[in-house]
Amino acid sequence: MEYLIQQVVNGLTLGGVYALVALGYTMVYGIIQLINFAHGEIFAAGGYMGVIFLSFLTANGVMDAHPGLGLGLSLLLSMGYCAMLAMAVEKVAYKPLRQSSRLSVLLSALGMSIFLQNGLMLTQGVYDKAYPTEFTHGGFDFGAIRISYMQIGILAVTALLLVALNALVFRTRMGKAMRATAQDKVMSALVGISANRIISVTFAIGACLAAAAGIMVGLYYGSVRYDMGFVPGIKAFAAAVLGGIGNITGAMVGGLIIGMVEIMAAAYLPMGGQYKDVFAFVILIAVLYFMPTGIMGENVDDTRV
Amino acid sequence: MTRGSKAWLLFGLAMAWLFLLLWPLQGIRPDGTLAFAETVDIWWKIALACLICFAAFRLSRAGVFDFAVRPLARLAGGVGRVYAAWPRWVFLVPLAALALAYPFFTERYAQDVAVNVLVYVCLGLGLNVVVGLCGLLDLGYIAFYGVGAYTYALLSVHYGVSFWLCLPVCAAFAAVAGCVIGYPTLRMRGDYLAIVTLGFGEIVRIVLNNWMSLTNGPNGILGIAPPNLTVPVLSDGGLAFETIAMRKLFWMYYIILALAVFTVVAVRRLNFSRIGRAWEAIREDETAAELMGVDTFRFKLLAYAMGAVFGGLAGAFFAARMRFVSPESFTFIESAMVLAMVVLGGLGSIPGVILGALALVALPEVFRQFELYRMLVFGGVMAVMMLVRPAGLWPAARLGKRSDDEG
Repeated sequence: MEYLIQQVVNGLTLGGVYALVALGYTMVYGIIQLINFAHGEIFAAGGYMGVIFLSFLTANGVMDAHPGLGLGLSLLLSMGYCAMLAMAVEKVAYKPLRQSSRLSVLLSALGMSIFLQNGLMLTQGVYDKAYPTEFTHGGFDFGAIRISYMQIGILAVTALLLVALNALVFRTRMGKAMRATAQDKVMSALVGISANRIISVTFAIGACLAAAAGIMVGLYYGSVRYDMGFVPGIKAFAAAVLGGIGNITGAMVGGLIIGMVEIMAAAYLPMGGQYKDVFAFVILIAVLYFMPTGIMGENVDDTRV
Repeated sequence: MTRGSKAWLLFGLAMAWLFLLLWPLQGIRPDGTLAFAETVDIWWKIALACLICFAAFRLSRAGVFDFAVRPLARLAGGVGRVYAAWPRWVFLVPLAALALAYPFFTERYAQDVAVNVLVYVCLGLGLNVVVGLCGLLDLGYIAFYGVGAYTYALLSVHYGVSFWLCLPVCAAFAAVAGCVIGYPTLRMRGDYLAIVTLGFGEIVRIVLNNWMSLTNGPNGILGIAPPNLTVPVLSDGGLAFETIAMRKLFWMYYIILALAVFTVVAVRRLNFSRIGRAWEAIREDETAAELMGVDTFRFKLLAYAMGAVFGGLAGAFFAARMRFVSPESFTFIESAMVLAMVVLGGLGSIPGVILGALALVALPEVFRQFELYRMLVFGGVMAVMMLVRPAGLWPAARLGKRSDDEG
């Protein structure tokens, strides 16, 4: 029983991270119908920015004096950096292709993904880069269950970001404009919403969430690698599809399910550990085959499925 | 503000943006200091290159280069007319002679590169059937290469089956794998298909990596036999048969050359057959094709199977040449590279794909000292090609605009 609860906590932590990344996919897909392959790399860049800023702050003594401030500052700076990166990618690789075929944009996205991954490798090295971990130790013990401060931090930050995103999308003017653009680009342009601006903002928001996920994964596992964005990227996309692509609540639910399934499979199935990466793909394929609209999706027109 | 100065302002803004993106990666040191020198050093090179491209673009827009471009275009048109007017064999015969004589006047290293190029020609043409002809974006293509390689490896190591017997078996296994992967995925279109095939490719790799009892996991399979050739020889006892192990690179070159020629001919015949036309109809507009009576599901499945066959053949050769296989060789990056060749050369164009393979395998060998930047350039080229020349270096003769591009 304790083992199960422990796994549920682990699953929630991982699922929260997937949910954050999945939101970026789902928002971009909702607005320009593109699988943004480079999103996984934005996530990795967030992880690297975390290590860069945290190391810098540690060396300058900020982390010892005010660890909370240092973490928050690193998080915000990484998010800002990734937002800038994602907007640049959008302007360079996707915007000029608005009118071309979907295959072209998809290939361009794939190219950007390879480009960014290798850019990270060239500037940051091929090997794992370790996070400064002095402030991530410790946790609460409830009998045999151990919940580390890191897990609590991840869950708290994830929850905070999800609430903030919900507020942004459903309570503000900008959110309304985003939803309008996702629904009908021509009509929303007619009422004076600049599609280009909305698309930029969407990429920036998605990148902020991915950056937060990247930095938390880095802190949780203690290191980052230049190709760390690839597999989580696909899993997060699977989560977005599972929840119904284009649907923000769906992406959150989908992320939690994928994270939970992965942890449970690794914990309870024979050989589950080795094959844990397979489950997300299997879920993705099964969902697309049996219910292409996902859990919360609306009707999907036939160009998508 | 005029249009021109606005463009220059945007350019300046973009370069400033680039600097802001580069600097944190280079300039914020873990020892707690800030540095600018390295970033500026890289940045000004990129900025200069961008400046030259941008200036050239603006000038050509303004028509400054017309004096050179017009005659060049006329010249290219002339060459094209000559190429079209002369019979095809005038070009093919010297090319074939060159390909056959190649090992006699080259070094081992050059032969090695040529073998690599030809393997990728086979793979690229196989993927071209799926992506170029049928318009199904497959990001897990390398899985079929892996299936072919492992089929030959296992048959050779455990049962000692000869390479030549294994070739059709590998092709058949790959085709079956193509159908298995194709069947559940073909209901999807476009980008969903892409991500699902990517998932399948990864599943195949993970299974190869973990099925210890069959594939020996990440350690791979060693001791695969090279192809054999049995030749009759006259000895004092009369006619006898002698078996030569075709271990030498020289033999390998001819085997893969034969495979590549077979692939080119097969893909060409398919392309201009009823099947090829059906595929192209599906690529241009699936709904319309279905209305015209094309059994889209069957033909899409066939495209998958045929593409997989060529991948499987190339895989069998790969195993025979390396005499070792491991899951490491079948990663997503390989799929992306083959795809990059097809895209760079021209979707659906056979000479284009050959050109693409040549460019992406042989050119990096020439620029050996920039080896590190290879994948970076691949990614960049892929994105830039979509921008400036989406039909590829050598566009296919028949290529329409996809009709599901609205919006």
